[in-house]
Amino acid sequence: MADSSEHRRQQRQWLVHLTLVVLSGVFLFPLLWLVSTALKPIEETMRQPPTLIPSHIQWHNFRDAFVYGADKVGYIPFLIYGRNTLLLSVLSVSGVVVSNSIVAYAFARLRWPGRDLIFALTLATMMVPFPVLMVPIYGFWRALGWIGTFKPLWVPAWFGGAFNIFLLRQFFRTIPRELSEAARIDGCSEWGIFREIVLPLAKPALAVVALFHFMYTWKDFLGPLIYLMDQRTFTLSLGLQFYQSQHGGTQWHLLMAASAIVVAPVIVLFFFTQKQFIQGIAVTGIKG
Amino acid sequence: MKREARTAYLFASPWFVGFALFLAYPLGASLYYSFCDYSVLRPPVWIGFLNFRNLAGDEVFWTSLRNTAVYAAMAIPLGMLTALSLALLLNTRVRGMTVYRTIFFLPSLVPTIPLAVLWLWVFNGEHGILNFALEYAPAALILALPTLVGVVVAGTLLSRGRTVAGNVAVAAAVVIAAASAWLAFGPPDWMQRLHGVIRLPTPNWLSDTAWSKPALALMALWGAGNAMVIYLAGLQDVPTEMYEAAELDGAGWWARTRNVTVPFVSPVILFNGIMSIIGALQVFAEPYVMFPGGSPARSTYFYTMYLFDNAFIYHKMGYACAMGWIMFLIILCLTMLALRLSERHVHYQGG
Repeated sequence: MADSSEHRRQQRQWLVHLTLVVLSGVFLFPLLWLVSTALKPIEETMRQPPTLIPSHIQWHNFRDAFVYGADKVGYIPFLIYGRNTLLLSVLSVSGVVVSNSIVAYAFARLRWPGRDLIFALTLATMMVPFPVLMVPIYGFWRALGWIGTFKPLWVPAWFGGAFNIFLLRQFFRTIPRELSEAARIDGCSEWGIFREIVLPLAKPALAVVALFHFMYTWKDFLGPLIYLMDQRTFTLSLGLQFYQSQHGGTQWHLLMAASAIVVAPVIVLFFFTQKQFIQGIAVTGIKG
Repeated sequence: MKREARTAYLFASPWFVGFALFLAYPLGASLYYSFCDYSVLRPPVWIGFLNFRNLAGDEVFWTSLRNTAVYAAMAIPLGMLTALSLALLLNTRVRGMTVYRTIFFLPSLVPTIPLAVLWLWVFNGEHGILNFALEYAPAALILALPTLVGVVVAGTLLSRGRTVAGNVAVAAAVVIAAASAWLAFGPPDWMQRLHGVIRLPTPNWLSDTAWSKPALALMALWGAGNAMVIYLAGLQDVPTEMYEAAELDGAGWWARTRNVTVPFVSPVILFNGIMSIIGALQVFAEPYVMFPGGSPARSTYFYTMYLFDNAFIYHKMGYACAMGWIMFLIILCLTMLALRLSERHVHYQGG
């Protein structure tokens, strides 16, 4: 009895595997197509029937996407865009990690009047869509004379955000209270407890917050579109869109090469941090 | 106790400032501006409900709202169904689950702008790979069917040998090799003739008003991996005893899925549903890049695009704020509705 049901299970497994292999092909194909086109000579991008494996691999597409010269638009400074994006990521990721961990500590480990009410209010703000806030925030930066600079894109990161406060609070609460009580009896200050006990134990959660915010900064488009004016301050996303609107429909091999350059760091980062990534998404989705 | 409170306020102070500057103030200000004529360059002038009355008569506003609703009605159910189906498939204690999970998840990592640019190329009317695939899919399927049947039969026979992983590797290799050969050498002659008989639509995705929104929904499906990971984590929390009990009662796979799995993960489904609706109302970057100005014929001109244009192209900031507040109210209502519905259909554990 058990044997036959086990056998049935194996038979079914085969069908499941088959379905999954086919679906995997469908899901991977656009990425393969991206790489394939990025490596083709321009004539081959238009060939019918299309070829998956380029007849000869043209590595210099990547160089050409970075340094695009002969055209009227001139040089597309992808290196500068990359540097800008990286700088923004570092500034805002560090801000997000520092500010949210401090704030979450107050919500998770300290008692103060109004805490639960303010926490509930904080959670409720997650429903507020950015487009409602967009105009006054823009006016605010304008009044400060910060339009056209990076500041509107990274300064807010240093003041905490509802989602990350929530995430870190949940994690901080799982750290045994006895640890901080013992330190308090030894005369450790609250800041000391935070720095020496809670933060080191919270590294996995901090990694998730940092990772997600890096991804957000890397892909953000609306923010840079609103605040950045000068081409030399563009981020990769904004630069790629600019590049596309200039050359769209003609230089597909270069467009794909440029896209691949923007995609690659994210994929590489994912493979190094797969566990945190998957767990992070699972936790944020379920406990939300 | 008092000292603790003081310390706490100090710790929480960055958020008090952030909350005030980047949430409370802009929310209030945008409500005020929505009753004003405001262009950033000049101070706002109170005009009462004029913005809202103008919106009611604004054809473009209604078009953008309708477009967004139609898109959401296509993309959200499809996306949730895809994500849930993938998660259910992966949850069948299948070997190599983490590899498949990675594969399905990978596309959801692709940042928005490269994603849009890549799909512009895939959807391209002349040289796009999607239309090529659609054109030859029926013929290819006829060719592939015997192979597929062969693989299934061989697999079923071989699986008695209990080296499932090995067989899968062989099958995968066969499929991938066939697919590559197919793409590398193109369709054979007889298929060219055959494909005239059975046809799938090969529309001009980017310039046909009937297909531009489906194109965006299709593209969104590619990112279903993110929701899939969330469902999968929820599915793995379902206690195995519940399956065993259902199995003893003679419940088949479908009955178990319907009566055990889906009720169990229904809170996760609900959460995802609400988040998808909120996300769909804010769709901006993909259509902005792929369909400049909401082309063709404003069929992809979505709510947030019109809001953005009002604010930063036409400098009708008060009008944009009024749109923003309407969006916020829609989101509030939909969330309430989802929560209300869930009282009847969602099962919270222990509840």
